[in-house]
Amino acid sequence: MDAPAAPAVRMPAEWRDFFALTKPRVISLVVFTGLCGLLAAPGSINPVLGFTAILCIALGAGGAAALNQWWEADLDKGMKRTARRPLPMGRLGKDDARDFGVLLSAVSVGIMGLAVGWLAAAILALSIFYYAVIYTIWLKPRTPQNIVIGGGAGAFPPLIGWVAVTGDVTLMPVLLFAIIFIWTPPHFWALALFVQTDYAKVGIPMMPVVAGEKSTRRQIFGYSIALLLVSLLPWAIGGTGTIYGIAALALSGTFVALAVPVATRMAAAEDAMKPEKRLFAYSVFYLFALFAALVADRLILA
Amino acid sequence: MTPEEEAEFVRRRKSRNVVLGLVLGGFVVLFYFITIAKML
Repeated sequence: MDAPAAPAVRMPAEWRDFFALTKPRVISLVVFTGLCGLLAAPGSINPVLGFTAILCIALGAGGAAALNQWWEADLDKGMKRTARRPLPMGRLGKDDARDFGVLLSAVSVGIMGLAVGWLAAAILALSIFYYAVIYTIWLKPRTPQNIVIGGGAGAFPPLIGWVAVTGDVTLMPVLLFAIIFIWTPPHFWALALFVQTDYAKVGIPMMPVVAGEKSTRRQIFGYSIALLLVSLLPWAIGGTGTIYGIAALALSGTFVALAVPVATRMAAAEDAMKPEKRLFAYSVFYLFALFAALVADRLILA
Repeated sequence: MTPEEEAEFVRRRKSRNVVLGLVLGGFVVLFYFITIAKML
């Protein structure tokens, strides 16, 4: 029998590459909004179980992010912002990324169900499926409304955090979901206005490419008005006190004010895109501040 | 595999094993505290 040729040994991936697959920076926002949902909910939860709930939300988000990068490895290769991720760089096998994503997702849902509750676990499973399958695989490559739909995935954490405490879905956590859902399009389109060339190159139908810059700017303004109204609803229905109400009015009013210059101008050649960059930076601060106000309202007034 | 590659191979495998061990150990501790919390 001939001796088989020595198989080429592939270098094992570094653990840091698996860690990078989970999109740690996105997880930090997810953990924050999930924690705010948990802290703002009426009632209390054992701190260990509360920690477990947040950990499961983070693991689930990491699993969904890994599945997203597994599916989009080829697209990521073509974009400057994502070309250095572990999969496009070849530092990690595609199947390993997929298995890692499935494992993280399954573990997060399983532990959430056993330790915290099966309603929270079911919503967590739904959010992972929504992001990895409905958004990433199905709708992102097909419609310029992809960001509107994708916003739903990011909107789940406060809902899950809330349900972990209360065990049921009421209007308040649904409103928190709605706030992030409506916040996402103006947040992301402001970014897409100054990085649009990359998405066009890999064939992802982002709004500025498909509907044009003017329409995108108009829609950013429309969503910021909607955000102003929806962010005031938790206060209007009596779900929060005046701390949240005043903060929401000031923060959302500023959001609208920063959206006006974005909506009313057009980019010139060699444009520095200052208003768009300012709106994008503010939108990140906005979400942190609004949810912090929600928790402060509950902790101080309750 | 050159000796350099082999050293790198061993280093990566070791660091992965250490991280995996820490993660599993963390879960053991977490499950212990969850069990206690569920009994309260």
